[in-house]
Amino acid sequence: MATIFQGLGGAGAAAAAALTKSFNSKKLLLPSSRRSLAERKASSLLVVRSDGSVNLNLGSSNGRARRVDQLITNAVATKADTSSASSASKPGHELLLFEALREGLEEEMDRDPHVCVMGEDVGHLGGSYKVSEGLAEKYGDLRVLDTPIAENSFTGMGIGAAVTGLRPIVEGMNMGFLLLAFNQISNICGMIHYTSGGQFHVPIVIRGPGGVGRQLGAEHSQRLESYFQSIPGIQMVACSTPYNAKGLMKAAIRSENPVILFEHVLLYNLKERIPDEEYICNLEEAEMVRPGEHVTILTYSRMRYHAMQAAKTLVNKGYDPEVIDIRSLKPFDLHMIGNSVKKTHRVLIVEECMRAGGIGASLIAAITENFHDYLDAPVVCLSSQDVPTPYAGTLEEWTIVQPAQIVRAVEQLCQKLQ
Amino acid sequence: MALSHLKSSSSRSNLVKPVAAAFSLRRLISTSTDPITIETSVPFATHRCDPPSRTVETNPQELLSFFRVMATMRRMEIAADSLYKAKLIRGFCHLYDGQEAVAVGMEAAITKKDSIITAYRDHCTFLGRGGTLLEVFSELMGRQGGCSKGKGGSMHFYKKDSGFYGGHGIVGAQVPLGCGLAFAHKYNKDDAVAFALYGDGAANQGQLFEALNISALWDLPVILVCENNHYGMGTAEWRAAKSPAYYKRGDYVPGLKVDGMDAFAVKQACKFAKEHALKSGPIILEMDTYRYHGHSMSDPGSTYRTRDEISGVRQERDPIERIRKLIFAHDLATEKELKDIEKEVRKQVDEAIAEAKESPMPEPSELFTNVYVKGLGVEAYGADRKEVRAVLP
Repeated sequence: MATIFQGLGGAGAAAAAALTKSFNSKKLLLPSSRRSLAERKASSLLVVRSDGSVNLNLGSSNGRARRVDQLITNAVATKADTSSASSASKPGHELLLFEALREGLEEEMDRDPHVCVMGEDVGHLGGSYKVSEGLAEKYGDLRVLDTPIAENSFTGMGIGAAVTGLRPIVEGMNMGFLLLAFNQISNICGMIHYTSGGQFHVPIVIRGPGGVGRQLGAEHSQRLESYFQSIPGIQMVACSTPYNAKGLMKAAIRSENPVILFEHVLLYNLKERIPDEEYICNLEEAEMVRPGEHVTILTYSRMRYHAMQAAKTLVNKGYDPEVIDIRSLKPFDLHMIGNSVKKTHRVLIVEECMRAGGIGASLIAAITENFHDYLDAPVVCLSSQDVPTPYAGTLEEWTIVQPAQIVRAVEQLCQKLQ
Repeated sequence: MALSHLKSSSSRSNLVKPVAAAFSLRRLISTSTDPITIETSVPFATHRCDPPSRTVETNPQELLSFFRVMATMRRMEIAADSLYKAKLIRGFCHLYDGQEAVAVGMEAAITKKDSIITAYRDHCTFLGRGGTLLEVFSELMGRQGGCSKGKGGSMHFYKKDSGFYGGHGIVGAQVPLGCGLAFAHKYNKDDAVAFALYGDGAANQGQLFEALNISALWDLPVILVCENNHYGMGTAEWRAAKSPAYYKRGDYVPGLKVDGMDAFAVKQACKFAKEHALKSGPIILEMDTYRYHGHSMSDPGSTYRTRDEISGVRQERDPIERIRKLIFAHDLATEKELKDIEKEVRKQVDEAIAEAKESPMPEPSELFTNVYVKGLGVEAYGADRKEVRAVLP
């Protein structure tokens, strides 16, 4: 069987150069990675926050930081002079979430020949959710590897490859299967940078779909973010839209730290228009979905959509909720969360993991410890019920948080206003 | 003048005795690379492969260096024993004395480009890979000068620049990592191999067979080395493994059983295994070896085996004694000279311990360093981050 193998060397770099896209530098809203290292080091650190404010932090050259006026952070910038815009009514291109993940993956594999993918059915089948479709034909069997069904060992092998300098992406066909690799993820992936005194680091990305799907049963509806959150040394992010899926995938691959990227089984077919030019999302930053005044709703992954649906009802009832997609599950973006709490004084957490020891539980602790003075009411946390996810459709519906519950909780929190 | 006489090997033994007192001649011999051939004591047992030759080529320089390194390892482990009893080393301390031949023989067959990964009985392997006594003792005592800055301890020795990947506490977890190292060698096309060492206790771990399956499928240049010291913690091998023929348990993967107390047999086997792995994928080596100490310092080692057994092995199969006999048989040094080397080694170990005791404890700020890599500006301040800085690569 003929395989196209692109190992290290010129092939990867040439392909990377070919992919460089042109864009209007006047509308530079997000830093581009295509600039050379020298240029980037000389230029400033541009931090664009999701709420639109921009910090232009001049790095090591001089310590002045100046505040730039509000920039439009809508990355779909209007470009009047590019020919590609003439054919489409809006710039950017529309795709589904799994395609966005694949785009991010492909761009990173082109850019860096050290990036490789390993997982079950990722190669010839293209991934059970088609995230790696077409990549095996393009990059060959040594860069897109079909593994046997042995999560413990292939995660261990990915970590072993990562300590030598390769950048593997390990896919769990369902995040729940990665419980079998817990020892490798916790004890080695998270800890070897520390126990080796800094000699080794693990630039690995562990990703896969999790969350409650459509009647998949208890063992295939697991939310592992709560199990992994205590492991020191790893970062966890959860994507929720095609835009942040691609951005987080790219950032995770480029990160020198081990990153666990949580996707959701039911979000793979979300459609959105994303920019043509290259962009990355900050791994440690939360995303402001809907600014508001009355209550802060903190959520992530699929519950973002339930929260937004509830927000529509709430707006009709006269409330003004602020919805923040926390995205970064470890560490929390307490900067954005704190500013929101200071503004609204009420917090509601809406999450899909279970109440006991979940992400919400840690978030409540963090908010109460740090922002207690700003809270007018106790933090309310809506999580899934602490039960194995049942198969029956109605029971499964009651296991997770539904928009009506979110509306009721906000009403209770804000009853002083009415 | 003396050197030309050395070159004619037939008359060498006659020449050496009269000038035994000449100190300078000894130094010439100890650096001489004249070939000496040695037969391994025990034939290799094989599974699905042909055995390598029992005849091993070596030279006086190598023989004496083996002696010196093994004596250093032995003395280091015994010193660690005393330090543990003096409560300067805490926690777990797994000692390697008795098994030195495996570390030394393996090093002689490979280069620093090849990777080695092992479990927690790693002090001597670390030394063999180029670590210093000072780094060892500092790390054992939790000081800044340790190889992992005092943050790893006995079970977490690493040396990145010479391809030593540790140092792992969980039994068997290092084997998939070792296969990952081999994958990286294959990916980078650097003609190097990975040695993944494990014990007879870890040989019953499922992840080993999973990793072996993947390695055989993908033709990875990995060599799985089972250091069979016949006891997995406190359980004898016949009570833990239905089939204690560990070299055969790879089934479709070839295997070789080696006398692990014979450094030259180990060297020959590792050379053979490296050639095999580069050509046709994984191979299993079983090293028949023995540890004099218990599993760790909290285990006396005599509740599950008899003292007679331990002293019997020490009498008959001790690796350092074997090298000593070989040195005498080839007239490479007198007994006094070997004793001098041992005294020198003892002095080096004592000096290293004294220097390690001077090394300071890590700074409190070190608690928070090396949790994350600073590549993306991520720092672990705890939950309240006052500022988010994004440094995109």
